[in-house]
Order: sequence, then structure tokens, then C-alpha cells
Amino acid sequence: MVVISDILVQGVQMLLVLLLAPLLTGFVRKVKARLVRRKGASVFQPYRDLLRLLRKEVVLAENASWLFRVTPYVTFAAIWVAAALVPTFATGLLFNWTADLIAIVALLGSARFFLALAGMDVGTSFGGIGSSREVMIAALAEPAMLLIVFCMALVAGSTQLSTVANFMASSYVGLRVSLGMAVIALIMVALAENARIPVDNPATHLELTMVHEAMVLEYSGRHLAMIEFGAFLKLLLYISLIACVFLPWKIAVFGTGPLAYAVGVAAYVVKLAVAGFSLALFETATAKMRVFRVPQFLGAALMLGLLGTLLLFVSKSF
Amino acid sequence: MISALALQMWCVAGLLAVAILAVALSRSKTSTSVVYSASLAICVAALSGSLYWLVGGKANASDLTLPIGLPWLGAHFRLDVLASFFLVVVNLGGASASLYGLGYGDHDPAPNRVLPFFPAYLAGMNLVVLADDAFSFLLCWEFMSLASWALVMAHHREAGTARAGYIYLLMASFGTLALLLAFGLLAGPAGGYGFAAIRAAQHTPYVATLVLILMLLGAGSKAGLVPLHVWLPLAHPAAPSHVSALMSGVMTKVAIYGFIRVIFDLLGQPSWSASVVVLFLGGITAVMGILYAMMERDLKRLLAYSTIENVGIIFVSLGLALAFQANGLKLAAALAFSAALFHVLNHSFFKSLLFFGAGAVLTSTGERDMEKLGGLIHRMPFTSFAFLVGCVAISALPPFNGFVSEWLIFQAVLQSPELPQWALKIMVPAVGATLALAAALAGACFVKAFGVTFLGRARSPAAEAAHEVDRYSLSAMFILATLCLLAGILPGLVIDALAPITVEILGGAMPIQANEPWLSIVPIAESRSSYNGLLVMVFITISASSAVYFIHRFASHALRRGPAWGCGFSDPTPAAQYSAGSFAQPIRRVFGTLVFRARDHVEMPQPGDVGPARLKIELHDPIWETIYAPIAGAVGFSAEWLNRLQFLTIRQYLSLVFATLVTLLLVLAIWS
Repeated sequence: MVVISDILVQGVQMLLVLLLAPLLTGFVRKVKARLVRRKGASVFQPYRDLLRLLRKEVVLAENASWLFRVTPYVTFAAIWVAAALVPTFATGLLFNWTADLIAIVALLGSARFFLALAGMDVGTSFGGIGSSREVMIAALAEPAMLLIVFCMALVAGSTQLSTVANFMASSYVGLRVSLGMAVIALIMVALAENARIPVDNPATHLELTMVHEAMVLEYSGRHLAMIEFGAFLKLLLYISLIACVFLPWKIAVFGTGPLAYAVGVAAYVVKLAVAGFSLALFETATAKMRVFRVPQFLGAALMLGLLGTLLLFVSKSF
Repeated sequence: MISALALQMWCVAGLLAVAILAVALSRSKTSTSVVYSASLAICVAALSGSLYWLVGGKANASDLTLPIGLPWLGAHFRLDVLASFFLVVVNLGGASASLYGLGYGDHDPAPNRVLPFFPAYLAGMNLVVLADDAFSFLLCWEFMSLASWALVMAHHREAGTARAGYIYLLMASFGTLALLLAFGLLAGPAGGYGFAAIRAAQHTPYVATLVLILMLLGAGSKAGLVPLHVWLPLAHPAAPSHVSALMSGVMTKVAIYGFIRVIFDLLGQPSWSASVVVLFLGGITAVMGILYAMMERDLKRLLAYSTIENVGIIFVSLGLALAFQANGLKLAAALAFSAALFHVLNHSFFKSLLFFGAGAVLTSTGERDMEKLGGLIHRMPFTSFAFLVGCVAISALPPFNGFVSEWLIFQAVLQSPELPQWALKIMVPAVGATLALAAALAGACFVKAFGVTFLGRARSPAAEAAHEVDRYSLSAMFILATLCLLAGILPGLVIDALAPITVEILGGAMPIQANEPWLSIVPIAESRSSYNGLLVMVFITISASSAVYFIHRFASHALRRGPAWGCGFSDPTPAAQYSAGSFAQPIRRVFGTLVFRARDHVEMPQPGDVGPARLKIELHDPIWETIYAPIAGAVGFSAEWLNRLQFLTIRQYLSLVFATLVTLLLVLAIWS
């Protein structure tokens, strides 16, 4: 009986992230449009986009290999699994202990590895430029992310996200310098990983400024739908991650009953809305930076993470 | 029932006999298949013996003394759990290389330069691991070095091979000299060269420090620690590919075995300051190795540089184990040490696999230069699949094995705030950051290696005409690829198999992983961290297949092949694709300007001139230029100066002899 309810809650979480991810992106786009006094498309537009892409024919480049066709599914699956492992509305889910934060970072790394390969598969210069810039960004964002993980793990004494979230929700965390550094660094990494302004522009169609979009330029139809869906999920994942670690307000502790879960879901939706609004506000207020300024941006995140970790090595109370 | 050690020794004898047989059969056409199949059979026997002994045996270590070697000592050989683990690594590598050689050896232009040395080399590596006194250890070490040198020189007419062999020989002699001095110090004035005597003796901190430095020089130069790595990217790629796999995947591990044997086993309780040096060198090696690899355009040299990176990771992990052990944190030490051994095993799997893949590319196209390859995924589908598995595994991506060992190392790093020393408190997070950086750069590097070699469009007629390789080579690659996956999804079994070693060397062990539910691995406690490769794999499979099912049930099936879109700008020639150099450009600009003083020079033709524009990439090897070039210069200068003595007249020679005689007599007079 317990196992069934466990599986149920885990299943609800997996479906919830799937359902909410396009909505979040639609919401961010809507807010961005409203901020520049455009009317903007409906918040449900991403769902319509996905459905439209699913109905379309796939145009495959002549020399595309099997890897090109497999990648959308592998990428999507890896991101979905990672997103299902991050506590959203409740901690202590059935499969939380299958993979800790380091493994979640690595799962996202797997997704990127295959996407970067797919960018090189057709053999056009745009795919190559996207891939090579993506791995350059990743080469800095991933170590920064791992140092942030170290920081959180040292404070909470665990790399398990559920344990970390429970610890952060408890009263004896207090204000810490190291966690402040970690949250700033995490936001910077999240912007880079999700190809948001100021690192990359998700809406641009000027090819030379693109990174992520250049990499997936050759995709169309259902393949593109999977990749887009993966990108929506990744944004949701990072926001959930920031929310569950640094804002564990009203997150349901495992086994507290349906009411707590309902409150948890409501709180989660509110958190998503706040984060989405802040993201839109930030993106509207900032300009995209040149590609070779990105290493400095991410280098700052890396150093913040390292500094936070160092402080915790020096004393647990920082 | 034959004892396990006797079985190993008979296998070594068998390998030596095969080496002699290879000389005898040198005229015969069947020599290739005879030698490789005999090596395969012997390696499989030795592998199953040592594996059975390691996993199943509760038996005690066994000794054997042969009446050869030093007259008053004899040659001691011993099989204990540490040796048996490394025997598994050596013989697994040997077996897969032999299987690969059955197919690959047919393409060798001069098989008689390879065949006698191949089994001898395997025998040498086995003997180093089995040796139980300083004399046999050094003798076998030199035998292994010389056999591998002969194999490096197999294609001696190819450009660069002679230089590679020369530098390898110099560095190997240097390393052995350091080892010789280290064992001399360990044996002490009484001359107890047996490992048992060394283990029993008390070593002063001064001797221990000197031995550590000498071992880092001796074993470190063989393993490829920066800055002693210079021979490795020259020698490993120059050998035939299955030998490259052995050199990179196995021989570096034998060097690490030597380091572990002396520092952890013979020297007794370590001091924490030793760990600072090991951590520092390991961290530098990991980052430098992968940065060199990123700049490389030769596929086999890229793999050799990546070996240096992985050796760095292993040394970092060993350094952590030393630090924990010195402070009496047994559980954390066992975690770091198991992580190091796990990575040893993993690296032997995927590096052999990748070198086999590179060898397959080499036989099928005759090219190692990635700028002349491309599009091989269409013409070599099986090789490219196996190579892809190797790339994913070495990039530390779940659910493959590389991730598990790196995950364990990160867990060990997270244990280290408990260390009391300030130097370690500062050093460990910094090293953790370099490891994270190295892991991320490894991902970038292997996207480049696979993407440029196997994806895209063919960049040369040779790549256009490539074909799939033979079944022996493919089966060797697929066996290793399967092992990469198995070790990744069932890591608990490997960790449990390593437990007797940590108990023997460190006196502590990680929790028994077989007791964990669902085959998870839990380094310390479930509330701290756990990982389940099997479930991650199952989840990914289920969600990918449900996505595929959903798409194929509800979405459009229409598919049309057309020319690549490329934003409407279709590139007419394959040369317009991204190449290895251009792929590395962003990372070259971010890291390379600092480390390699990298500069890109663009030579544009004059307006109206129809000649091509040229891009020249300028890279400086910081270690070669700051350490080796001055030494080579000094040697050259003094040789030049001494060379004048060769052209003197008889009168000058006589006065020289006279002057020498007078000086010597004067010295004697003053001395006594």
C-alpha cells in the first residue's frame, strides 16, 4: 500500500513537470511581451507549438545519421528523468535516492553531450559553431555547478536533494555567506544552462549570435518538438532546484498526507510564477553579451562557488 | 589443485614461451594468429584465476621463491589482494588486446617486429605486479619498459617514431633510476631487499619524504604525471593500436600499482604533508592533460593526453586517501582509495576501447589526423557505436562507469572538511574544482573526438572509402563497451570486490554494498548520498521509449530527406565544416591563451589575389619549453664544448694526461 502511494506521488511529480514546463515558458514569454508593451501570444502558445510540430513532416538532411534521429529522445529522456528527481512539491519521493545532485548535473551533461554531437552530425558550419560554443559554455558552467553542489552539500551534510531541502526547510539554517554566494552563482549558471539572456538569446534569429539554436538548426517536426520540450523542462528543472533548496517554503515533507501535498503543489505553482516573472524582468532589463564575455560571466560564478566552498572548509558556520 | 600464484607464474612462463615461439615462427604465415590466440588463451586463464582469487577467495596471500636473482635473496613473488586486482586489470587488457590483435595484426606491415615482443610485454607487466622483492621488481619493470620500447619502435620508419622511442628510452631510464634509489633508501644499510623486510622496518620521516619524491619521479614518469609526461603522448600513439591500448590502459596502471605498493603498503603510516604534494600534482595533471588533449588534432595523441588526465584523477583520489589515512579517518580513506581503484579499472576499460576504435579507423582509412576524417558513422557503424560508448563513459556521464568513479571521488572530497590541517582545507576544495573542470573539459574533448572523426561529411577520399573492420576487432570493442555499461549499472559489485584490498592496505572498508536495496551504492550513509546506476538506466530507457511510443502513436510519421538547411547557406565543400581546430577555438581562446600562449594568425591574400587565406595556430607547450628545452640545451652545449677534446694534437693530449695525473696526485696528497 505504501509502495503504491509512493509510486503514485512519484508519477504525479513526473506528469506535473511535464504539464507545467510549457506553461512556464509561455508565461515567461507573455510577461516579457507585456513588459515591452506588446500584447504577446497566449501563455498556452508553447503547447500549440509542440502540437503543431508533432503534426509536421520531418525534413532530414541527406547525410544525417542514426545518432541525429536518436538524440532528441535521449536528450528528452535524460532531462525528464533529471527533472523528475528534483523535489518540486514534496520531498522524499520514492526515487529521490536513485540519483543525487551530482548525478542530476551529470544527467543534464549527458543530454548536452548528445545535443552537441547532433549539432556536428550534418556537417554544416552552423551546427559546428553552436556545438563548439555550447561545450565552451558547459566547460565553465558544469564545474561552477558542481562547486555550488559542494557548497550546498557541505551545509546540509548530504548531496541528496530531498535531505538538502528538508534541512533548508528546518529552522537552524540561518543566514550564511556561503549560501548567499551559492545562490548567486546558481542563478548565473541557470541563465547560462538555459540559454537565456545575457548568455544566449532564446528568441533570436540572427544566426551568428545564437548558441543553442544554432546547434539544433537542422531539426524539424517531431524531433524539434522533443528538443523544445526538453528545453522547457530544463528551465523548469533549474527553477525547481533553486526553489527547493533556497526557498523550501511550504514544501510537503514526505508522508504528510494529501492536504500537505495540495498545499505543496499550490506553493510550487506560486514559486514558479514568481521565478518566471523575475526571469522575464531580468531578461527585459539586460542586453545579451558577446560570446567571449560569457567566460568572464561564468568564471565569476565559478569563483563564487569556489569561495563559498572554501569558506565552508574553513568553518562550518559560514 | 594448483595454487593461484603457481597458476599466474605458469601463465607468465607460457607468455614468455609464446614470445620465443613467435621468433621461431617468424617465417610462417600463421604466426600472427598463433601468437595472438595463444596470448588470448593464457590471459583469459590468468584473468579467471586472479578474478576468482580476488572475488571468491578468503585465502591468504601466497609466496613463492625462485632460485634466481640476487644469490642471497632469490626472486620472491607474492599474490595478495592488491596484486590480484591489478592482475585482473593487466590480463583483461591483455586478453582484449590479443583478441583485437587477431584481426588487427593482419594489417601490420612488419608483424615480426611486434609478435615476439607482445607476449613478452604482457609477461613483464604480470611480473611487476607479482614481484615481492626490490630486485625482481626493478628487473621486471625494466623488462616491461624495454619490451614496450621495442613495440613503440615497431613502425620505425614512420615520421616521429624514432624521436618518440628516444625520448621514451630516456624517460624510462630516468624513472628506473629514481625507483632504484627509492628502493635503496627503503632497504636501508642492512640491505633488506625483500618487501617483507621493508614492510617490517621502521622508516624515518626523512627517508619517507625522499622515497615519496623518488616514487613520484619514478612511477609518476611511467604513469604520465605532469611534468614528467612528455614521452607519453609521443610513445603511446607511435605503437600499433592494440599496444597503444595496453600502454595507456594497462601500463600506466602498473605504474600506479608501483606507487600504491610502495607508498601505501611498504612505507607504513603516511604523513599528511605527503598528500598535499600528491593532490597538487594530480590536480595539475588532470587539467593540463585534458587541455593538451583539447588542442590536439591527432586522434591517438588526443587519447594519450586524455590518459594523462585520468592518471591525474587517480592520483588526486590517492592523495585524498593518503590525507584521510594520515588523520586516521579510515572510512573516508577507504572511500577515496576504492574510488581510485575503481577509476583504474574503468580507465583500463574505456581507454583500451577508444584506442581499439582509433586503430580501427587507422586500418580502415590510414589516417590518424582528425582533420582528414569525418562521416565514418555511415561507413563504420559498429566501430562508431562502440567508440561512442567509450566517449560517453570517459566523459563521466551516467549511466556508464566513468561517472561512478568520479562520483565516488567527489563524495570523498565532500568528506574532507573533517581534515584538521589548514593546508589540506585550502588544497582539497581547489583540487575539487580542478577535477570538476577536468571532467567538464573531458566532455568537450570527446564531443570533439567523436564529432570530428565520425560525424559530419568525409574530409578526405580515404575517409570516403572507409569500410567496417573485421569481427575480432569489433568483438574486442563490444566486450569492453559492455563492461563499461555493466560496471556503470552494477557498481556495488565492483566496490564489494575492492573491499578486501582497502581492508588489507588501509585497515578499513566501505559499507558492504550488496546489502543495499535495489543495488544502490551508498558510500557513507543513505541520508548523505546514494546513487543507483541501474535505476537511472531503467528510468532513461522507460522515459525514452515512452516518448518514442507516444510520438509514433500520435505524431506525424512523414519524413523527407533533403539537402541540409544550414540557414539557406549550403556549404559546397566538406572543408567548410567545423574542423578539430575550429571546434577547439572557443576553449583555446578561453584557456589556451593563458596556458599555451595560443595565438591565431590569419594571413589574408592581397585584394585581387585569388590565393587562399591561411589560418595559422600558434601554440607553445609550457612544460617542454620551460623544463625540457633548457635541459636539452644545456646537454647540447656541454657536449659541444667537450667535443673540442676530440680534435687535439698528440702534444696537447700528452699535456692533458700529465695535468690530470698531477691533479690526481695532488688531491691524494691533500686528502691523506
